[in-house]
Amino acid sequence: MQATYLEAIRQGLAEEMARDPRVFIIGEDVGAFGGAFKVTEGLMERFGRDRVIDTPISETAIIGAAIGAAYAGMRPVAEMQFIDFLACGFNIFTNFAARSRYRWGAGVPLVVRGPCGGGVGGGPFHSANPEASYLNTPGLKIVEPSTAHDAKGLLKAAIRDDDPVLFLEHKFLYRRIKDDVPGDDYIVPIGKAAIRRAGTHLSIVTFGAMVHAALEAAEQLASAGIEAEVIDLRTLAPLDKETVLASIAKTSRALILHEAPRTGGIGGEIAATIAEEAFEYLDAPVTRVASLDTTVPYSPPLEAAFLPDAARVVAAARRLAEY
Amino acid sequence: MLSRPQLLDLYYYIRLTRDIEERLVLLYRQSKVVGGLYRSLGQEGESVASAYALGPEDAVAPLIRNLGSIVTVGVRPRDIFAQYMARGTSPTRGRDLNVHFSHMPGPGSGERTLIGPISMLGDLIPVMAGFGLGARMQGRQVVTMTYIGDGGTSTGAFHEGLNFAAVQKLPLVLIAEDNKFAYSTPISEQMAIASIDRRAEAYGIPHEMIDGTDVLAVYDSARRAVDRARAGEGPTLIGVDVMRMKGHAEHDDGRYVPRALLDQWRERDPLARYRGWLLSEGVASGAEIDDIDGMTHGYAEEEAQLAEAAPMPDPADAARGVWAGDELFVPRLEIVKSPFADA
Repeated sequence: MQATYLEAIRQGLAEEMARDPRVFIIGEDVGAFGGAFKVTEGLMERFGRDRVIDTPISETAIIGAAIGAAYAGMRPVAEMQFIDFLACGFNIFTNFAARSRYRWGAGVPLVVRGPCGGGVGGGPFHSANPEASYLNTPGLKIVEPSTAHDAKGLLKAAIRDDDPVLFLEHKFLYRRIKDDVPGDDYIVPIGKAAIRRAGTHLSIVTFGAMVHAALEAAEQLASAGIEAEVIDLRTLAPLDKETVLASIAKTSRALILHEAPRTGGIGGEIAATIAEEAFEYLDAPVTRVASLDTTVPYSPPLEAAFLPDAARVVAAARRLAEY
Repeated sequence: MLSRPQLLDLYYYIRLTRDIEERLVLLYRQSKVVGGLYRSLGQEGESVASAYALGPEDAVAPLIRNLGSIVTVGVRPRDIFAQYMARGTSPTRGRDLNVHFSHMPGPGSGERTLIGPISMLGDLIPVMAGFGLGARMQGRQVVTMTYIGDGGTSTGAFHEGLNFAAVQKLPLVLIAEDNKFAYSTPISEQMAIASIDRRAEAYGIPHEMIDGTDVLAVYDSARRAVDRARAGEGPTLIGVDVMRMKGHAEHDDGRYVPRALLDQWRERDPLARYRGWLLSEGVASGAEIDDIDGMTHGYAEEEAQLAEAAPMPDPADAARGVWAGDELFVPRLEIVKSPFADA
């Protein structure tokens, strides 16, 4: 059945809450209002106020309470109204939740989910792609789906996971992407990338909304005789190195595409992994396409200048193919 | 009203806490303690008495100066020593330090849950609020208790956590310890209110200030708060007036603390006060109390020896235990009872 990315997330939440009484939702405006983007709409009516909990504007309290509830045997799903605000709960999320299993053997089955990404005029504090800020925290899994099918399947996998998962939902995709979402129970396993388009000349390694920019670029490249393979990472931590390295072994050229600023972005980590483990296969330097090293600007022409797009991918891919 | 065995329990735990710390000082001076040693001298009474007010399956989250609460839960001194000496047999297998460890026995165990501290102060308040929230969703009437120092009440996590607990009417008891200094900073530079318990006024929850060197006064206050919490009436903040009699840690001589203040508080040592009360009320004879002293002293010494004999962790395990499926250990400790428990 066709569903939007947003509807798929809502379905995933509802199915897991129906399946497992330990699953509950906690966050700002998630109950009666149904969330700022309406992801949780109808869930309070269906599951009650005890399982869809509206909180004060307190990200540390939301995540802290979720950790405590997880210790008591629950499976919390904490919503950040915009993922930018996870910065307010950074300490308790990384230091408490993520380090808990290593420090004292107590796993924290917690999902922190929320909208990330630009392209909607959100400005500096409603547009972040913060994955790199969380990547250097052992114990944390990070996922970001690019399709409605994966959004539901990955969310269900995240809720069933025994470790904390940062679930990034690209808000540009919420209502723009619609694809086939099975009505029966399924999961998309955490840690597995997907090849969205097979190609032989170069590999575009990307995730989230940029998967769609990469596919658009790949079509344009194909008309110029360049066949790009598009890898949708889906999980950013732990990275599916096998799929990435197998693709590089085939194409010998790597283009990494992400929406966060270039410096210190996850692209550096992926490039280093390719350099360390697939150097002999490479016929060209690893290339990165990312956004500008600035804060996300508000005005549409500025944001368009900030964000990577298909045209920039095509230009970089041509240079890479010709190297 | 506490029974005679319970009154002796309290003395035993306070005495044992002090003996463990004094043994730790010796180990620290022999460089056998890895890292810092944080004394609770002067605060043992309130730690023990507050934790003693909890029910059999309640949950407590101490800070580094609440060794008394940990001992009261029934953690073996051996495990505390092993933890301070970073041994491979310690509750965290050498991964975290001093009293940073947990015991999560789960429902039906008849044992209290212990959630250890994290160095970022205030975080335990939302976490323990959430533990109570989770238990409430499961239909369990669990009460949670945690602690915060005067310095820790200035953190955002303190305010967010306590406000959330108040709004949700969660079964949380917060012991706010005014021990006069946060490291070197006096409470006058920490808050502009007259006493620490008034932090609670912003959240609309009951609060009171208790003499933290009066063991039974702390117990009574904590017991009322625990009962309130269990009855679904929400959180309580109990301010305890105490003195940190040592520096922030053993490396710190606390020269910034006025000597007269220490002299004044030395007269109010909680252990000596409580011992005097037991004698004057005829609860126990001097000889009986001396017996307890001998028992705890010997016990601490024996347990320290067990920990000293334990091996250091295997470096080959350093990368393990990050993810589920690669568990190196679980948070379960051997819980022991006081010799008076079944009397």
